[in-house]
Amino acid sequence: MKKALAKMLVVFAAALLIGAPQAAQASDLKGELEIFSWWAGDEGPALDALIDIYKKENPGVKVINATVTGGSGVNAQAVLKTRMLGGEPPDSFQVHAGQELIGTWVKADRMEDLAPLFKEQGWMDVFPEGLIKLIGTDNGIWSVPVTIHRSNVMWYIPANLKKWGVEAPKTWDDFLTIAPKLKSEGVVPLALAQNWTANHLWESVALAAMGADNWDALWSGKLPFDSPEMVKAWELFGKVLQYTNADATSLSWQQATDMVVDGRAAFNIMGDWAAGYMSTTKKLAPGEGYGWVASPGTEGTFMFLADSFGLPKGAPHRANAVAWLKVLGSKEGSDTFNPLKGSISARKDSDLSKYNAYSQSAAKDWKSNRVVGSLAHGVAANDTFKNGFASIMEMFLKTKNPQAASMACAQLAKKAGI
Amino acid sequence: MNQPLRVGNSPGAERPDQSDLHMREASLDKLKAFLTLLPSMILVGVFVYGFIGNTIWTSMTDWGGTGSMSLEPQKNFVGLENYIDLFTGFLGGGFRQDLVNAVYYSVMLLAGAVGLGMFIAILLDQKPKGEDLLRTIFLYPMSLSFIVSGTIWRWLLAPQGGVNVLPKYFGFEPLTFKWLSSQSAILVFNWQDSLRILVYVAAFVLIMVGLFKLKKDAGRAVKRWLIPGIVLGALVWVFGGILPDALFMEEEHGFNLATLGIIMATIWQYSGYTMALYLAGFNGISQDLRDAAMLDGASQVGYYRYVAIPMLKPITISAVIILSHISLKMFDLIFAMTGPDNAATGHPALNMYLTTFRGNEFARGAAIAIVLFLIAAMFIVPYLVGQYRQQGRH
Repeated sequence: MKKALAKMLVVFAAALLIGAPQAAQASDLKGELEIFSWWAGDEGPALDALIDIYKKENPGVKVINATVTGGSGVNAQAVLKTRMLGGEPPDSFQVHAGQELIGTWVKADRMEDLAPLFKEQGWMDVFPEGLIKLIGTDNGIWSVPVTIHRSNVMWYIPANLKKWGVEAPKTWDDFLTIAPKLKSEGVVPLALAQNWTANHLWESVALAAMGADNWDALWSGKLPFDSPEMVKAWELFGKVLQYTNADATSLSWQQATDMVVDGRAAFNIMGDWAAGYMSTTKKLAPGEGYGWVASPGTEGTFMFLADSFGLPKGAPHRANAVAWLKVLGSKEGSDTFNPLKGSISARKDSDLSKYNAYSQSAAKDWKSNRVVGSLAHGVAANDTFKNGFASIMEMFLKTKNPQAASMACAQLAKKAGI
Repeated sequence: MNQPLRVGNSPGAERPDQSDLHMREASLDKLKAFLTLLPSMILVGVFVYGFIGNTIWTSMTDWGGTGSMSLEPQKNFVGLENYIDLFTGFLGGGFRQDLVNAVYYSVMLLAGAVGLGMFIAILLDQKPKGEDLLRTIFLYPMSLSFIVSGTIWRWLLAPQGGVNVLPKYFGFEPLTFKWLSSQSAILVFNWQDSLRILVYVAAFVLIMVGLFKLKKDAGRAVKRWLIPGIVLGALVWVFGGILPDALFMEEEHGFNLATLGIIMATIWQYSGYTMALYLAGFNGISQDLRDAAMLDGASQVGYYRYVAIPMLKPITISAVIILSHISLKMFDLIFAMTGPDNAATGHPALNMYLTTFRGNEFARGAAIAIVLFLIAAMFIVPYLVGQYRQQGRH
């Protein structure tokens, strides 16, 4: 009997041991989790896949998916700001990593430090050091990066270029030599869309004009905005603008990409969500149907933007939110979400076989290139600067005056505290 | 209110009692009225006037930038700095263009919607066949939200589509006008001259009023309106240089042709509304009056010009008030048609939203809101004053 009892105990213990990890996986968290993001339209399915993982691990939690539509979060951020000011934060919200997060929320002391979570999950080693620096300050780390996008990419259709007898330009000088030829053939050399895509083009041009070191110096306040480098950047931008389409302001970025796909335009500079658009919506094969190079003069530099999620102070369901952040940072979560969204994972150990040809090349560059932050997408400068820059851009599009634009930038930087 | 009158009329014996009763009744009525009105008075006080006051206060602080989103944001009083910066600052150029746009939006919308609405109403007043159906069709755009009509019009006005390809179906060349993305502007002026221009406008208004009143009372019109107007205009013309420049640098603003598309869409949406207003007015004029006018030899044009439209002056006034404040609230239509950052078609309301909720500059956004509020008041306060005066006369 005693032996039998001992045997039973052993079996029981073994069962416990086997069962234990499963019990740990399916947590006993209860209540609700409200996730706030602008991932509605095309990105909706990717977010749903993430939520599915979360629900599997935390069956007791009811997930409220609060999305506010609108490209790059214009509307979502306004809603978020009113909620936060009203003292009603969601459990976790999407925010562009970098100054958009730090300048707006961290400096206002509204976020919780995630450094302990990063250490606990071993994320300090799996995320690139440069990235952790950009999502953190001296006092902590403020969000979990989910996606990485590249901003400085030039897109084209290889077959069309062959037809016109041109090659993708390596520098802006190259571009300015081939552009008149394209223009005389009735092809728009560079497709442009509404205001924010002009900001997007500007950052690629400015990065090429001043180089990565000066670019970083600009945002850390070491290089003044009315310096000759900056004026040069605006001058070059003005030259490039001559070769863009005149109806830009009434086009969406997709329509600008369409111009390239249809052969009405030769090139387009857009973030790599354009790859997702061309692969998924336009059914073009990456590499053959459409081609890409780093935007002229920025080879070896990766201008990035990242979507991330943070944990606001006073989140009503904090434990649930922390579990959500764990899913986001995990390899499984990251490699489920990113292939669907068309971005790459921020983790260094991501499983590249799950990604398409473009993403694989981007992931390779992500690991080897110099990483700098994007202005148009909230990494380099805070909201005040970014918003003011949009109107400076409008002023420049009208007056084409590089000195005035640089001076305005300098004033704006003073106001924004850069 | 009527107390003394009634007291005076009532027979002597009953006087003390009844007066007392009346007094009590009246004060009870007043109390009831007060109690009924109290909730809305409190709500309006807090949510309208309280918040206007709060916005004015916010606009005079430096709330914005780093730390503006904290639970207890730092707000220091800075006086009128935000306003000065908006009107004379280097970075206020966008706002100034928006303001100029708003003026043009208002003027064009008023002229377009009132004119077109009146025209359609006159046509429908001829009782054509299927008038009911036509009336519904013309009124229908009103029921759409601005976002919906904005999206439709954006497609219609796309550079290579909709309106521009229309002539093709009639065998003409397609149009190439860029309805929403044209970079050209007409009536361009330098913002430095804005003070001078304002005085010119004032002189022009004085002269116009004078000419208008010339028929009624020539002497007064000349003395009160014409001479001051001409003197004012001449003074600026000769001594305009003395007036300070409104800005330290040259800055050109004008009527951007890209706004034409948006103005078209707004007129399309609101002319049905003014049509309904006028049609109701026309139907309210008795047939006798019309017959009398016709009998006296009035033509159709004469009837409308000298009888019907002057009679509908109150309708014109309310249409102008409503449309002008709609033009000051134009936000969703522009957002849907040309997007948030588009200086050519910008509007202060849009600028206010972006400055506040995207740029985190709450004080500056509040200042823009107050400027808009004051402009709206410029339209509405004279109207309200006129209404009170009219009531006082009755």
